Amino acid sequence: MNAAGDVAPRSCRPTSIGEAAGRGGAASGAAAPVALVVDAATKVYGAGADRVLALEGCGFEVRAREIVSIVGPSGCGKTTLLWSMAGLHHLTSGAIRLDGAVIDGPHPAIGIVFQEANLLPWRTLDANIRFPDEIKRRRSDEGLIENLLRQVGLAGYGPRFPRELSGGMQQRVAIVRALAQRPSLLLMDEPFGALDAFTREEMNRLVERIWLDTHTTIVLVTHSIDEAILLSDRVIVLSPRPGRVARIFDVPLPRPRTPEIMAGRAVFELASAIRSEIVGARTSLAAEGAVGSPKGEG
Amino acid sequence: MARDITPQFSRPAGRGDGQRVDLTNLSAFTQTPPIGSAGEVAVIAAVAILVVGGIECSLRWFEVPLYILPPPSAVALALVSDFHLILPHLGHTLVELLAGFAIGAGAGLLLAALVTQFPFAEKVIAPYILLLVTTPMLALVPLLILRFGFGYEPRIIAVALASGPMVMINAATGFRRVDSAKIALARAYGASTVQIFWKIRAPMALPMILVGLMIGAIFGLLTAVGAEMVGGGFGLGNRLTTYSSMIQMPQFFAVVLILSTLGILIYVIFFLLGKKYASWEA
Repeated sequence: MNAAGDVAPRSCRPTSIGEAAGRGGAASGAAAPVALVVDAATKVYGAGADRVLALEGCGFEVRAREIVSIVGPSGCGKTTLLWSMAGLHHLTSGAIRLDGAVIDGPHPAIGIVFQEANLLPWRTLDANIRFPDEIKRRRSDEGLIENLLRQVGLAGYGPRFPRELSGGMQQRVAIVRALAQRPSLLLMDEPFGALDAFTREEMNRLVERIWLDTHTTIVLVTHSIDEAILLSDRVIVLSPRPGRVARIFDVPLPRPRTPEIMAGRAVFELASAIRSEIVGARTSLAAEGAVGSPKGEG
Repeated sequence: MARDITPQFSRPAGRGDGQRVDLTNLSAFTQTPPIGSAGEVAVIAAVAILVVGGIECSLRWFEVPLYILPPPSAVALALVSDFHLILPHLGHTLVELLAGFAIGAGAGLLLAALVTQFPFAEKVIAPYILLLVTTPMLALVPLLILRFGFGYEPRIIAVALASGPMVMINAATGFRRVDSAKIALARAYGASTVQIFWKIRAPMALPMILVGLMIGAIFGLLTAVGAEMVGGGFGLGNRLTTYSSMIQMPQFFAVVLILSTLGILIYVIFFLLGKKYASWEA
C-alpha cells in the first residue's frame, strides 16, 4: 500500500531537465516542494461586446509528485487554464510558474494528453509517439518507448495506424506519446471523456499504475467526479465563469485505490461534497456528465 | 480489431457535408467492389465483347459509311497501322501537358500554401482565382498564338492557366482544414510555423491536394487538345482536325481512343497515389 508520497521516486526523471533532477530526492508527502504555481491567472477572450472573462484571479499550487484534478461546471475555464499551463494560451494577467520559471510558451518539461487521443492519422503509432522528438530534432528513447508500450499493453502495435485501434487504445498511445518525453509535469485535458464507462475505468487504473511507477506530477481536467477522486490527491473545484478556485478538496485515500476503497463511504461523502459544491454554484449542471452515479464505477 | 469507438477527431468540424474528402468519392466507379472470381471476369469480358461486337455488326449490317462512323475493327486497324504517324503527336501533347501542368500545379500549390497562411492575401487574390477557374482558358489561345506563335509556348501557357487554379483552389481547401487540436499538439512540443506546415498542415491537406492535382491534370489535357485544335501543325488535337477534314474517320477515332486512355491514365495515377499516401482518411 503506497500512500501518496512515501514512495521514493524512481530515477525516471531525465537528467536533461535539471530542475526535475533537483526535486527528485526531495522530501515526501505534504512536504514535497511546490512544482506548479498558478498565480492570479486571468484570461480574457475577445474585446468590447464579445469580451468573455474566462478566468479571473484563479490561484493554487501543485506540489511535486501530486495528482491534482480540476473540476467545475462546463465553460468554467478548466481547459483554458490547462492550455495556459501548457504554454498554448497567454494569460491576460497573472502567471503560471513551473519550478519558479514563468510559463510563457511551450515548455520541454511539460507533457500534455488531449481530449480524445489526438493522434495523427497518417502516421503509424511508432511515428506518432516519436512526433515530439521529431519536432525537437532529437533521437527517441527506444527503450523507454518500448517499456511504456508494454506497460499500456500495446507492445508490438508500433507499425499500426491509429484507425486500426479502439478509442481506449488510441488514448493509451497518446499517454505513451506524452510520457516518452519524460515530462516532470503531465497535463491531461479531459483525456477519457470520449470513452465508455468501462474503458474509462480501465484508463484511470492505468494512469494510477503509471503514476505509482513514475510519480510524475499530474494535473487532470475532468468532468467525472469519480475519476477525479480515484486519481487525485486534491480536487480543485472551479466556479462558473469567470473561473476561480471555489474550493479545494483533499482526497486522503491510500493507493492504489482499489474498487473496495472506491466503493467506500469516504468516497461517497467526498463525491457528494464535491458535487454539491459544483451544483450549488450552478444548478444547471444536471445536464452535465459530471453528475453520474454516486458511487465509484468499480 | 475493435473499431467501434474510433474517435471522429480527424473529421474537420464545420465542413458539414459529412463527406470524406478523397479520390474515392469523386466517382461512383471506384465504389465498385473488387472483381472476385474467374466467373465474374468471364461475364465482364463477355459483355465487353458483346458490346463491341454488337457495334461492329450493326454498323456493318446497316452499311453505315466509314466516314460517318467507322466500325471498331477499322479503328483498331487504323490505330495499329498509323500508330507510328500518331506517336510523335502524342509526344508533343504530352510535352505540353507535362510542362504546363508542372508550372500550373507548382504555382497553384505555392499560392495555396501562401494564401492560407495569410488570410488577407486570400481576400485579395480570391476574385482573380475565381475568374481563372471559371473562364475557359481556351478562349485565350488565339490571343496567345498571336503573341507567341504556333509553337509549344501558347499551349503550355494555356495548360498552366487551366490547371493551376484548379490545383490551387483544392489545395487551399485542404490547407484550410485546420484541426486546432493537432496544431496545439505540435505547438505544445515547440513546433515552429514551418514545422507545423510540413508535419501537420501539408499531410492533412494531402487528400485534397491529390484531388486538385487530378482535376488540374484532366483540365490541362482538355486545354492542351483544345489549344492544338485552334492552331499550330502538331499535337493530338491537331490530328483530330486534320483527320476529320480529310474524312479519315478510323484514324480520327484512333486519336480519340488515345486521348481517352490518357485521361483514364491520369485518373488511375492519382487514384493510386491517393490510395498510397492518403488512405488514412478512408
